[in-house]
Amino acid sequence: MEKTRTRHEALGLDEGDLIRMYRAMLLARRTDERMWILNRQGRAAFVISCQGHEAAQVGAAYNMRPGYDYLYPYYRDFAMTTVLGQSARDHLLSLLGKKEDPNSAGRQMPGHFSSRELRIVTASAPVGVQYPQAVGSALAFKLRGEDGVVLVSGGEGSTSEGDWHEAMNFAGVRRLPVVFLVQNNAYAISVPEELQVAGSIAKRAEGYGFPGVAVDGNDVLAVYEVAKEAFGRARRGEGPTLIEAKTYRLTAHSSDDDDRRYREREEIERWRQKDPILRFERYLFEVGVLDEEKKEEISAQIKAEIDEAVEYAEAAPFAEPEEALERVYAEA
Amino acid sequence: MAVRNLLQAIHDALEEEMRADETVLILGEDVGRAGGVFRVTEGLQEEFGPDRALDTPLAESLIVGSAIGLSVNGMRPVAEIQFADFIPPAFDQIVSEAARFYYRSNGAWNVPITIRAPYGVVPGGALYHSQSVEAYFCNTPGLKVVAPTFPKEAKGLLKSAIRDPNPVLFFEHKRCYRLLKEDVPEEDYTVPIGEAKIHREGEDITVVAYGLVLHTALEVAKKLSEEHGIEAEVVEPLTLYPLDRETILASARKTGKFLAISEANITGSVTAEMAALVAREAFEWLDAPVMRLGAPDIPAAAFARPMMDAFVPDAARIESAMLELARY
Ligand SMILES: Cc1ncc(C[n+]2csc(CCOP(=O)(O)OP(=O)(O)O)c2C)c(N)n1
Repeated sequence: MEKTRTRHEALGLDEGDLIRMYRAMLLARRTDERMWILNRQGRAAFVISCQGHEAAQVGAAYNMRPGYDYLYPYYRDFAMTTVLGQSARDHLLSLLGKKEDPNSAGRQMPGHFSSRELRIVTASAPVGVQYPQAVGSALAFKLRGEDGVVLVSGGEGSTSEGDWHEAMNFAGVRRLPVVFLVQNNAYAISVPEELQVAGSIAKRAEGYGFPGVAVDGNDVLAVYEVAKEAFGRARRGEGPTLIEAKTYRLTAHSSDDDDRRYREREEIERWRQKDPILRFERYLFEVGVLDEEKKEEISAQIKAEIDEAVEYAEAAPFAEPEEALERVYAEA
Repeated sequence: MAVRNLLQAIHDALEEEMRADETVLILGEDVGRAGGVFRVTEGLQEEFGPDRALDTPLAESLIVGSAIGLSVNGMRPVAEIQFADFIPPAFDQIVSEAARFYYRSNGAWNVPITIRAPYGVVPGGALYHSQSVEAYFCNTPGLKVVAPTFPKEAKGLLKSAIRDPNPVLFFEHKRCYRLLKEDVPEEDYTVPIGEAKIHREGEDITVVAYGLVLHTALEVAKKLSEEHGIEAEVVEPLTLYPLDRETILASARKTGKFLAISEANITGSVTAEMAALVAREAFEWLDAPVMRLGAPDIPAAAFARPMMDAFVPDAARIESAMLELARY
């Protein structure tokens, strides 16, 4: 009997794709874990985290053409920017605020991504501001008749901001090539989803005249599938899509937050059972793309990469204090 | 030379820049088909089509935010805020976003956008069609704030703003739109951002003003010269942030007497910065206390005409301030 096609084959992904996706997820996770250790050791001032979000981020961003499509990320998008090409070293340099930090050369907190080459647009701290900007970049693609797509992401809390609705509306009115990715991790700092979100986020898209889909955000292939459809629609000129990836934040909001004040340990444990990386590993084992040996090998490579990144970043210089006075205005 | 009023000069600058550079586009509420509520953008949609004279939804944060996104993806948008009074919903996109993109990305992402905002008291405008909000933006590094008064400078400054690689706020006084006409060059020219203009040379006092009150100050200066032989030097800052400190200081040092006038609420207005500058940097040249004239600290401006008129420094108040300073 002929073997039925696997999920990834049906999606047009080969083994190389799967390994790249897996590596990006694992690299982001391990880097993130190391950042917390550095913070608890007093070597890093601030950490914000992507743990639990790796599938949602990698599944969506794997559809991008780095350096062509635009990404407007939010502060949890470590795995997303990893997939586009930012390295552990980049993340560590940013964590420690060093001059070589590609995002801001030490001007912004960690998690405020930027790369002109990768078309990751400089990110801000105020929640939700990226959405109108993203639709503007999508409009530019559309006006020039190019097939670029803009991916913009945020948490469910950001859908409470007027900017989100203004951008959704404009994207719908003008049928813009933009993919809205809401990473719904059930909390905005301490405020739970039921106090934040009326009705369903995904269903709101209908009111703006385009499709909205809710997807299991811990299943990287499921997110990839809906995002592939969304990117395809956008590239074909069919307009925006909203994706609500339902997931969970496994850490506190940030290194300054104590989440014991607002959620039960048991709840976190339940979600740990659904860890997107373990889940993907199981799939990779099932389809024979990964075995214990290969897993160990990747794991060791990643550990070495992070060790090197920490060492490099700690030794790297800060920018001179006077550099804080520079690059306020662009020169013609 | 063409004889143009302020409104026409601004229109011409937009039209010429759109012809010269296909990445320039205008967006805002009613700017397209209607040609703007003041008719500044009239005819642009006919010439350039609905994509380059683009009617947006009624959402100011979106207008500025999407302009930012357009600009980082290769376009040169000019965003219109229908009235300066409605700029607060876009405040975050201007102050936290456009102003900081370049700095926070260590020079990787700049934001070449222009934001036009008609401001100032007009009859019938009342509390929400009258405000002078420029000071809100004049302590935000990364922004440039310009406010020309005469057609000629407005045209050249708007071209500079559109070509500038930074976000520029462009304030247009509504009551100056059709107040007077002057010769405006037809060939391409720019007026540099960051340079003040001396409209009238004088030895006795320095008056710095912009917007409607600049016109009034110039009339009063003429009158004082004819009736009292007092020669006022009248300076228009043109750029409110960053200020042309050198021109302002040079004039203050020359005359030794300094008055700054604007129509904004007096406390914390741009004239306060000028006063502080002159008090510190021209102290040894001064023969009188630094003076300021502005609107009282009440919301701009009441609807009923007598109350409205009391808000803006008028010729009588400006004349008495200038006389007081000259005679000090
Ligand atoms: C406009 C604004 N208000 C408040 C904050 C402080 N703040 C930072 S993150 C956050 C919660 C955001 O929650 P959500 O969008 O769900 O994303 P998550 O952190 O859960 O991934 C808040 C309130 C902010 N950064 N911006």
